[in-house]
Amino acid sequence: MIDNLPFIACAILVILGLYTLTFKRNLIKIVIGLNLVESGVNLFLITLGYKSNAVAPIYTMAAKEEMVLPTPQALTLTSIVIGLATTALILSFTILIYKHYKTIDASKVRRLRE
Amino acid sequence: MIGTLETGYGVWSALYWLLGLVVLFIIVYFIYSLGGKTVKASGDKGKPFLSGNEMEKEKIHVKASNIYWGFTEALKSYYTPLKGGHTGNINDYVSWFVVVLAIVLILAGGL
Amino acid sequence: MINEHLPALIIGIPLLAAFATPLISKINDKLRNIFVIGILGATLCLVISLAFNVFNNGIFVYVMGAKSPGLTLPSGYKMPVRIILEVDGMSIFMAIITSIVSLLGAIYSWAFMHKETGKDKYYTLLLILAAGMFGMEFTGDMFNFFVFLEITSIAACGLVGFRINRGESSEAAFKTMVMYTLGALFVLFAIGILYGEYDALNIATLASRIRYTMLDKIALGLLVTGLAMKAGAVPMHMWVPDAYAEAPAPITMILVANSQASLYGLFRVCFTLYGLTISTYTLGWIIIILGVLSMFIGVTMALIQKKIKRLMAYHAISQTGYMLLGVGVGLAVLSDANALNTYGLKAMEGGIFHIMNHAMYKGLLFLTAGAVIYATGKRNLNELGGLAHKMKFTAIFFIIGAAAIAGLPPFNGFASKLIIYESVYKFNPMLSVIAMLVSILTLASFVKVFQSAFLGPEIIEVKKEPKSMIFAMLCLSVIIIAFGLFPDIVVDKIVAPAANALVNSMQYIAAILGGA
Repeated sequence: MIDNLPFIACAILVILGLYTLTFKRNLIKIVIGLNLVESGVNLFLITLGYKSNAVAPIYTMAAKEEMVLPTPQALTLTSIVIGLATTALILSFTILIYKHYKTIDASKVRRLRE
Repeated sequence: MIGTLETGYGVWSALYWLLGLVVLFIIVYFIYSLGGKTVKASGDKGKPFLSGNEMEKEKIHVKASNIYWGFTEALKSYYTPLKGGHTGNINDYVSWFVVVLAIVLILAGGL
Repeated sequence: MINEHLPALIIGIPLLAAFATPLISKINDKLRNIFVIGILGATLCLVISLAFNVFNNGIFVYVMGAKSPGLTLPSGYKMPVRIILEVDGMSIFMAIITSIVSLLGAIYSWAFMHKETGKDKYYTLLLILAAGMFGMEFTGDMFNFFVFLEITSIAACGLVGFRINRGESSEAAFKTMVMYTLGALFVLFAIGILYGEYDALNIATLASRIRYTMLDKIALGLLVTGLAMKAGAVPMHMWVPDAYAEAPAPITMILVANSQASLYGLFRVCFTLYGLTISTYTLGWIIIILGVLSMFIGVTMALIQKKIKRLMAYHAISQTGYMLLGVGVGLAVLSDANALNTYGLKAMEGGIFHIMNHAMYKGLLFLTAGAVIYATGKRNLNELGGLAHKMKFTAIFFIIGAAAIAGLPPFNGFASKLIIYESVYKFNPMLSVIAMLVSILTLASFVKVFQSAFLGPEIIEVKKEPKSMIFAMLCLSVIIIAFGLFPDIVVDKIVAPAANALVNSMQYIAAILGGA
């Protein structure tokens, strides 16, 4: 059970993110919700490669010890970079929406419907 | 034969279809050419009318939202909830996604 | 020499050219346009030569930075660790669509975007979008698939929100971006689950190791929902009309291809990744139900739309339903060899043929809508009328596109829809009846557009459409008519290999694992 705790934490983060996305009307909070889901997924990836009492997987000058799995870390790094790009883009759209609509309330930002 | 497509139940060939269309057109044109030209275009003929009143040509154009008025009116009980469902609210978009995700997970888990 | 590196070049050339575009923009606008069109034309040539290679020699495996995909340890343990591009019949089929559509989109943009500012960014994003789609279609690696998925998401949303002077386009871009990112994150979550279980990211390796545990089921659900959302299946379709209506017309055409690239991802997951291990009956029905819902709700919503591009966007949803229906029937009977051979494979051919047809005629229709908006500056159908007096070419192209989408013979839409009707009828007659009803409603709504926009007296000022726009529309019309007249050649040469590639997932796996 205690071993699964990190996975449960990731699931809780994802669910919290989904809650924010579904029930919060502020567009900035929606972006935060998206980031929560992303953090949950990233932590999940990191957790996959974790090994207790192991060192970082850097071979240069490393002692002969056990290392954590490097692949999930590479994946997470990529995913973080992508997440940064999406967050930046999506926040810039929020700024533009505020300029045109003078509000960032999701229930009012809906000229496109039906 | 080039142009013959197997469709699972039978075959389909657009070239034969076009050939049939040409034959049909020739027959129709032949019947059309038998008729005499008795109608004379003069006077009020050819003027645009709307409900018996003569109108400006520009005003008789039927607007897009009026074209299937009867259809949408008859299916009002279908269209009202459907239109209501497309709220344009991003929260609802995400909720639909979560609902479908849940259904698919339940169905996929049960198979 | 060049033949060995084709898949990498097809992804790499547009990607590198994308970042050279702003530099060339500094020199001259015209030079930049020629450069972009030249790059996309060269990519189309490379795709065609790769297609010949794949059709003649079977699956093409390309390993990034090495000769062989595997790494053999001294203990004799072999596993593919490198990044692999694996091109089979289905991948190359999608790549042909992508390259044609992006080339014509760039040609159309020449005149369409002439008066706008920020064109260097526009063309950069267009090339990145094309590169991302090629990547999604060629990659043999799940994580790479996610990366390319996000590349297309970011580029596509940047283009949807390109016109920052309109609040609506920012709104559409925001909504689309939230949905795309959420879908992609769930795809990544599923990839993480699969990696944690089987210690591999390679699609072929994963497919050979998958045992269908509870976690696999969860991963399957996440992948199917995330990718179906990006393909625009009802009821996760609401971003589609927003994005398609607000993007510039040539971009909308490429967005259709982008949605189809994630449809490809969905099929790849269902057939190759999971096809070997499970009875796909329930999964097939999930996809069929999504397809039927998309068909019906898409077309009924389209019937009441007032904005021309929004109407066409709802039709895009509805047509996606046909593809899901056709391929879903194939998936449902995948484990039943008898049913698969009598009608399942035909239904899949119909669905896959419809992907290509849809990209062509829906692209043409969006381009005519773009020409209408360009010429009149109006998006609302109620304000339009009598355009056929001045825009004769556009009117003719519109008739061709509308007849093709409604499935009137002898255009290409009819050929693929006929295959779908007849083979699906053997699976379940009711589905076939719904498909035909949807086709009739499609025709009805395009009659409405034609009557209200093109017929009637001249009531508004109209500009003439420029040559580059006519050229792009003409190319698509020619393709539509050629496919309509000789559907058998297309089906035999490129559609059947694609359907077979999906069904025979063993070959895909064996190409990497060497018959293991």
